[in-house]
Amino acid sequence: MTKKIKVRYFAGFRESAGIDEEELSLDVSTAGEVFAQLQHRHGSSEPLGHCKVAINDEMADWDSSVHEGDTVLLFPPVAGG
Amino acid sequence: MKVTPCCFFHRSRVADKVQITADRIEPDKLRDELLDRGAGAYVSFEGWIRDHNDGQEVLRLEYEVYEPVAIKEGEKVIEEARKKFPLLHVACVHRSGLLEIGECAVWVGVTSAHRDEAFEACRYIIDQVKVRLPIWKKEHYVEGHSGWVNCERCAEHGHDHSVMSRS
Repeated sequence: MTKKIKVRYFAGFRESAGIDEEELSLDVSTAGEVFAQLQHRHGSSEPLGHCKVAINDEMADWDSSVHEGDTVLLFPPVAGG
Repeated sequence: MKVTPCCFFHRSRVADKVQITADRIEPDKLRDELLDRGAGAYVSFEGWIRDHNDGQEVLRLEYEVYEPVAIKEGEKVIEEARKKFPLLHVACVHRSGLLEIGECAVWVGVTSAHRDEAFEACRYIIDQVKVRLPIWKKEHYVEGHSGWVNCERCAEHGHDHSVMSRS
């Protein structure tokens, strides 16, 4: 089922997409499906396990459900410290 | 009568600090905030910007932090450390923005009654902070190009991201 969601890109993903965020209508049920459908945006062939996702500012899993109106944050591999 | 250590020392519990800052980290000041009469041990960790990574000369580093989630996740890490180890005070500060060689990028400080738990908790916190918080660093190299650390295959078009970190 198609859902309206907001997607935000960070660091290398943002540079690849050329935008910070966008509102999209996607036929997805999980965060992992969002990542897969937006491959042309974030340009990553990084394994999903190396990347992270948050939904509405809460850390989530790639199999977490995405609902209408959610904001999905796509995080490339982190490197703090 | 049973007296808990907290009441015995009349110690007020200071909230654990997790902070992201664009300003220079001052470890001495941060250390003083952890002083406690019941503490027999203080262990801290400072992560510094070094001038090389993976065979390349590094000019400076740029940190991008998504603060709302970084703070929440940092608080979770400290909560976990508190469950694992009997600690008095805990704090963690991470920089954002552009940093020069030699600057302090991250600071972790813990106090406890004895040294074992202070060492272990400090190690636990910095290790988790590095792999869990939404923080990214871009290295700017002497030779002019730049790359996101750990992001080997983030963008196959447009930029050089072939950098792996061992920091």
